[in-house]
Amino acid sequence: MNIAFSNARLIDPANGLDELGTLVVEKGKISAIGKNAKVPEKMKSHECNGMAILPGLVDMQVFTGEPGEEYRETLATASQAAAAGGVTTMITMPNTNPVIDDAALVDFISRRARDTAIVRVHPMAALTKGCAGKSMTEIGLLSEAGAVAFTDGDRAVMNALTMRRALSYAGTFDALIVQHAMDQDLQSAGVMHESEMATRLGLAGIPVAAETAMIDRDLRLVELTGARYHIAQISAADSVETVRAAKKRGLPVSCGVSATHLMLNQNDVENYRTFAKLSPPLRREEDRLALIAGVADGTIDVVVSGHNPQNEEAKRQPFAQAAYGTVGVETLLAGVLSLYHADGVPLDRLLDCVTARPAALLGLGGGTLSVGAAADFALADLDAPWVVDADTLRSKSQNAAIDKRKVQGQVLACYVGGKAVFER
Amino acid sequence: MTATEIKGAFAHRDLLGIDGLSVSEITYLLDLSDSYVEQNRQIDKKTSVLRGRTQINLFFESSTRTQSSFELAGKRLGADVMNMAVKTSAVNKGETLLDTAVTLNAMNPDLLVVRHGDSGAVELLAQKTSCAVLNAGDGAHEHPTQALLDALTIRRRLGKLQGLRVAICGDITHSRVARSNLLLLNAMGAQVHLIGPQTLLPVGAEQLGAHVFTDMKAGLEGCDIVMMLRIQNERMEGALIPSVREYYRLYGLDREKLGYAKPNALVMHPGPMNRGVEIDSAVADDPERSLIRDQVEMGVAVRMAVLEALAANLPNGTGGAQ
Repeated sequence: MNIAFSNARLIDPANGLDELGTLVVEKGKISAIGKNAKVPEKMKSHECNGMAILPGLVDMQVFTGEPGEEYRETLATASQAAAAGGVTTMITMPNTNPVIDDAALVDFISRRARDTAIVRVHPMAALTKGCAGKSMTEIGLLSEAGAVAFTDGDRAVMNALTMRRALSYAGTFDALIVQHAMDQDLQSAGVMHESEMATRLGLAGIPVAAETAMIDRDLRLVELTGARYHIAQISAADSVETVRAAKKRGLPVSCGVSATHLMLNQNDVENYRTFAKLSPPLRREEDRLALIAGVADGTIDVVVSGHNPQNEEAKRQPFAQAAYGTVGVETLLAGVLSLYHADGVPLDRLLDCVTARPAALLGLGGGTLSVGAAADFALADLDAPWVVDADTLRSKSQNAAIDKRKVQGQVLACYVGGKAVFER
Repeated sequence: MTATEIKGAFAHRDLLGIDGLSVSEITYLLDLSDSYVEQNRQIDKKTSVLRGRTQINLFFESSTRTQSSFELAGKRLGADVMNMAVKTSAVNKGETLLDTAVTLNAMNPDLLVVRHGDSGAVELLAQKTSCAVLNAGDGAHEHPTQALLDALTIRRRLGKLQGLRVAICGDITHSRVARSNLLLLNAMGAQVHLIGPQTLLPVGAEQLGAHVFTDMKAGLEGCDIVMMLRIQNERMEGALIPSVREYYRLYGLDREKLGYAKPNALVMHPGPMNRGVEIDSAVADDPERSLIRDQVEMGVAVRMAVLEALAANLPNGTGGAQ
């Protein structure tokens, strides 16, 4: 469909664009943009009243339950939540049942997404077979099949030799290796940040060193192999510092943070609130502030939702037994914007973290409003206040860590390839 | 009924921990316990305070001592007491903790005494049941009646808690007894020393108001009470401590180490004891110094007091403990 969006605040960090103007969509692509964009005669025009048009968000970490645990989330339901959050591209995690460690399974995800999902879906494949951390997957064949990166999902590759070999081998394909930086031995029985609060609650703690020790090890291996290495989520001030130093040394390192970690801290697990049980765990307020600073100065490349749907039975458990994770793909934009509204982080940097930067890391192109690019974008009111209500979120599961939180920034409509996939 | 509607000296629907109790509430429970100590020494130990009430002891972790103490307490107050152990319950058949709560709720118990291996599990159950819930130990979180009975034992022997110095020695990290005692003793104005190897001391204990030591001699200095904790088998053999004999040498309480404390310092242990591991028999059985048998006696009295206080706050109770 061909349509023009007039009187919109056009924000495109990749092109340094932030101006009032018109976006013209023809044949699913952006054909003109800006204050001087010409609208072809007789083209239908949508008056935007100064609302913002942003590149569609690219969420680099989405767990679904498909295949294997469709009761938690399917590609279809996740994509509906994504569309409502202005996310036009979801990167799915491989630790499903079965694990996505075979080219045929990558193909399965792509076909299921094509047939059932309303936004674009690109899978990450497993780095080791069965995400078991022992032998590496067919990185070449999986890349060919469409896997955009390689990770063991919510599990770290513990064996240093396996990790070295995977990094080494991945270099041939310039594949991106994504690590869940958590030393399982140091984590042991830990379920929350190791602190006075964990002691008071009688819960075993996860020391910051469980994260930094793994990152330190991996950075040595990156130095050795030269492979592209990405930490899925960092959670601590020390990790921000480590990544900052590694980047200064010129290592091909990038990292992400979850929007939830930018909004909450360990105090949110008070009263054994399992909805705030995350991996990596929510840490101290000082860590949260360091993460925000890391986003602001570009040390942290991307912000992800870490969307991890869990049903009631998995969450309504004693804290140590409860499942990890929060839903978040629908609230990713609001989470990112909280840094703009409350912490003074520039809007273009924040949007870059959820659009062009992840797209570039994954070699997807897109994440921009460039002429000729696919018309994937969101129409949003950046200031609209609303209250997160887990019951009305579109995900199949309602485990929202930020339930009842007041946020600002609401998606009004979402377009994929020029087609409206969500309208409020 | 919400907590704010509950009036009286003990204004809580449940007893989930020492955390949240005021000094006057703790004192009230200790005073009430005192009266039951005397009653329990009579020939006729029974009253009808809980007549018609149903008390369920729901134990997800096995316990001989605590469970029988609660059972005896309930029976002496005239309640119908039922024991449910985890091995015979539906929890092993895939039923969740909350299903169990809903099932029990339908049986209309008045008092639910719960022990569970996970911190916070009892609180979770309390949220989903309409009866009064007593925490009989949850994970490494709290064991409030143990702290109350320890306090009662000390108060009866030394006449006060205020100003005393109490050492708690052993596996502090995994101990709910240590946490509840720390909270209670701090609240009542006693000074708490936590002593153990660094691997068994939790992070941030100082912020919780304890003085922390890894050396028995330094930690026991000036202590009126030396409370030893049981060390679990799985903590030994190299995981957190290298061996039993090294542990006993460094932290096992014998006459020599007891000598580091105040002259006539008293010895306590929540039981069951590992003789020759954390405590020497000569110390444990010394009638002059050991309060271990007193603790068991106080346990029944304290549990009677807590059951009475909670029953008074039930919706159809006496309208508040006086």
